[in-house]
Amino acid sequence: MFGISRVFDGGLLQEFRRLEQEMDEMLGRSPWPAATRPASRGTYPPMNIGTTPDNVEVYLFAAGLDPATVDISVQQNLLTVSGQRKVPEQKKATWYRQERFDGAFRRVISLPDDVDPDRVSARYRDGVLQITAGRRQAAKPRQIEIH
Amino acid sequence: MSNTQEVTKQTEAGAQGRPQAREAGYTLVPPVDIFEDADGVSLVLDMPGVTKDRLRIEAEREALVVEGEAAINVPDGIEPAYAEIRSTRYRRSFTLTSELDADRIEASLKDGVLSLRIPKRAELKPRRIEVQAA
Repeated sequence: MFGISRVFDGGLLQEFRRLEQEMDEMLGRSPWPAATRPASRGTYPPMNIGTTPDNVEVYLFAAGLDPATVDISVQQNLLTVSGQRKVPEQKKATWYRQERFDGAFRRVISLPDDVDPDRVSARYRDGVLQITAGRRQAAKPRQIEIH
Repeated sequence: MSNTQEVTKQTEAGAQGRPQAREAGYTLVPPVDIFEDADGVSLVLDMPGVTKDRLRIEAEREALVVEGEAAINVPDGIEPAYAEIRSTRYRRSFTLTSELDADRIEASLKDGVLSLRIPKRAELKPRRIEVQAA
């Protein structure tokens, strides 16, 4: 009674495009660098990492979290984020699809060696957990003048 | 952070009224939970990073389209190092069957979770039939 509309609005075409993209990823044609701790597809929460000269920014796409249940720890350069996401039970309902993650999660992220464990901060907004880790100044490229 | 809004139904019928798919690039398909009870159908979608003003829900005849754009706080000069999410655009469409009342869809968004409630038309709700003793 309730299905995904695949033929409307180029939905079918988009599905093919997505498949193509997934094949590309599998075959390693992705332009992004590979991880040392690769996550299998569907790992929760998915994350992106970016770097600036001052900080390393980690974004975890985790909608519907209670920040109080999330544990973030840093040991040397290993950042561990763990927690629970509970999808409310619907006792009197009939389920048609259950794709959203439900349960405990844990992700371990290897940060660059120059990260200062004392300068890690986190904020949660609109379902995105952003962790900012400061880098030690010595790691910044230094311009050497020739006299 | 939670807010409820009445979803405006597309009045213009025909091709013009149909939501246009912005085809350029790659869109994320948000994971969905769908469940039904006696009064209606509920859809719950994970769309992290999406705010109310960057969310679009359109119900037109038999199609329900949910689109959103994630706003991510990205500092200047950031260089991507690793990415599992490669787009900021979400899109997913569903087919509405006739017993659902698309005019009375309610939506709420909290912490990147979009909840949609689609009530069944009152006349089509299941009725308990009393058996009369003979």
